[in-house]
Amino acid sequence: MTMTTSTTTMTMAKALNEGLRRAMEHNPKVLLMGEDIGKLGGVFRITDGLQKDFGQDRVIDTPLAESAIVGTAVGLAIRGYRTVCEMQFDGFVFPAFDQIVSQLAKLRKRSDGAYTMGIVIRLPFQGGIGAIEHHSESPEAYFAHTAGLRVVSCSTPNDAYWMIQQAIEHDDPIIFCEPKSRYWEKGEVNLEVPPHGLFDAVVRREGSDVTVVGYGSSVRTMLRAAEAAATEGTSLEVIDLCGIAPIDFDTLAASLNKTGRLVVVQEAPRTASVSSEIVAELTERCFYALRAPGLRVTGYHVPYPPARIEEDYRPTVDRILDAVDRVMGFES
Amino acid sequence: MIDEELVQLLTPEGERVTHPDYTSTLSGEQILSMYRDMVIVRRLCNESTSLQRQGQLALWAPIQGQEGAQIGAGRALAPMDFTFPTYREHGIAWCRGVPPEAVLRLFRAVSNGGWDPQKHRHHMPTIVLGNQVLNAVGYAMGVQRDGAEEAVLTFFGDGASSQGDVLESFVWASSFNAPVVFFCQNNQFGISTPSSTQSKVPLFRRAHGFGFPGVRVDGNDLLACYEVTKAALETARAGGGPTLIEAYTYRMGAHTTSDDPTRYRVDAEVEVWKLRDPIERVKALLVREYQIKPSVFDDVDVEAEAFALKLRDDVLAMGRPDPLSMFDNVYAEPHPLIDEGRRDMIELGVGARS
Repeated sequence: MTMTTSTTTMTMAKALNEGLRRAMEHNPKVLLMGEDIGKLGGVFRITDGLQKDFGQDRVIDTPLAESAIVGTAVGLAIRGYRTVCEMQFDGFVFPAFDQIVSQLAKLRKRSDGAYTMGIVIRLPFQGGIGAIEHHSESPEAYFAHTAGLRVVSCSTPNDAYWMIQQAIEHDDPIIFCEPKSRYWEKGEVNLEVPPHGLFDAVVRREGSDVTVVGYGSSVRTMLRAAEAAATEGTSLEVIDLCGIAPIDFDTLAASLNKTGRLVVVQEAPRTASVSSEIVAELTERCFYALRAPGLRVTGYHVPYPPARIEEDYRPTVDRILDAVDRVMGFES
Repeated sequence: MIDEELVQLLTPEGERVTHPDYTSTLSGEQILSMYRDMVIVRRLCNESTSLQRQGQLALWAPIQGQEGAQIGAGRALAPMDFTFPTYREHGIAWCRGVPPEAVLRLFRAVSNGGWDPQKHRHHMPTIVLGNQVLNAVGYAMGVQRDGAEEAVLTFFGDGASSQGDVLESFVWASSFNAPVVFFCQNNQFGISTPSSTQSKVPLFRRAHGFGFPGVRVDGNDLLACYEVTKAALETARAGGGPTLIEAYTYRMGAHTTSDDPTRYRVDAEVEVWKLRDPIERVKALLVREYQIKPSVFDDVDVEAEAFALKLRDDVLAMGRPDPLSMFDNVYAEPHPLIDEGRRDMIELGVGARS
């Protein structure tokens, strides 16, 4: 007996759009707020057509003030609404940082549970689109560090479609990181069955020699590295983190206990980052299984560079393979 | 200080004056009841200052001199309205039915909140200046979407009027015609910084630039604060959009119990404002116009003393929170780091639940 499920091919941008549409149909309390998200459909067109179908009261074109987008979403949450805030670009989230850290993250605690801060902050993040400054940043660690918040990232259209809906249904505030360089890649979307829980790490490719962990735009780079490594006889297990805070360490540890070698990939600079946290925690959990120290392949400790040289900043297949060689080299 | 645009219905001497736009609608009974509120809130404030001096509170933010503004505004609210305070709105909390000892939980450092904000329709005290003003506008946008005839009243001071969040709030409230009233208590100081450093124009005039009305009211005039706030709330509920009220007042005490105002202001100024006391002028009115007898005021004082004694007992009875409670309500849904922290603390043998 075979189960048939309907799948549709679409881009990540379209999948997010469809996910938002489904969440809005499902719950009349779901609102969208952001700059240019109405008639224009957002600068990346993620909200294309939604204002036309749901009206200006639910898809709200806002004045240009990010602190106010989050600050008013907090007030709307107190009133029982669930707002999905669009930050136009990663580098523009910082005016909202105060509201996110001082109010959004803390109000459930401060109200002894009287408030539910069911707010999603959509953040097109990471680089790779040849943009000018402030349009290619990876600020996820700031938010992962803050108690009260959760952080996730999608890497495929199917995950994007389901994770945005799961995030909207979730009762905690979620920073939803979208790898903008992957918006226009197509993939199969299963419209009936969610692939996994919102914070579950997913093994994208099974392997036996090295566990390679990353998220967002890094996942495709890791998969390419795994193909290249396979031709040289090295088997990489590629894990898409999905949940950046909290991290699904059980899935990561199960893989590392099998391979004994760890490489973590991210675009953000290394110091005090998500990759640092993963290496530290897995070293503690899997100490006796480790055959080499965990390595990090990351952006450099510089402001995100001009786009003409961004590919020398972002983790590449070659840099991942160098790290793979190093962890493999500890064996001999 | 008297600005020709200042709305005043009761002079510092307790004499009624007329204003073209506002008329006092309060009965003698209501005024006496609000007099009682002001006396009790001032007593709360004095007792809290003593408790801080005796090491029983970590900090206290006094409101002496601002009782008229707060009781006037607070009593103008309808039950379903929602309020968004700073950390100094003790008079508003009183009007919203928040238990007085709950207000002191923050200052005794046993809680970062203190009361159920949904039950009392009074948001948590907000310490980061101006944050709550945006939250209030958002709440008002929700009221608007619900089609409810409710208004939102939010508070800030002359200091916070320089914060981006407050100015962004003005933009949003105006653009979305949100049913919110901005109540700025200009008590002349942000800790030591005079209000003249915050603004070169009277604060209420800022509203005009944002496209909604601004009103300056004598913040030490209970009657005027009540009428101006009531009218603005009614306008908001009826879909007329936001109003900025600048209650022009004076912080008679320190910024907090950690402050020393003698370093930045002169006694002569304080003496001038003593003559404008919000409580004394209402008392004068009650005596002159309603022939309220001294025994009635004595009864209020006796009640306030009993109130203070009970408050003191309630505060002293507040024990140290269970350390494990720090893990409660950080998240609405299960979180592995919360489970881990709680487990570690229990293993250490800390907390009542271990």
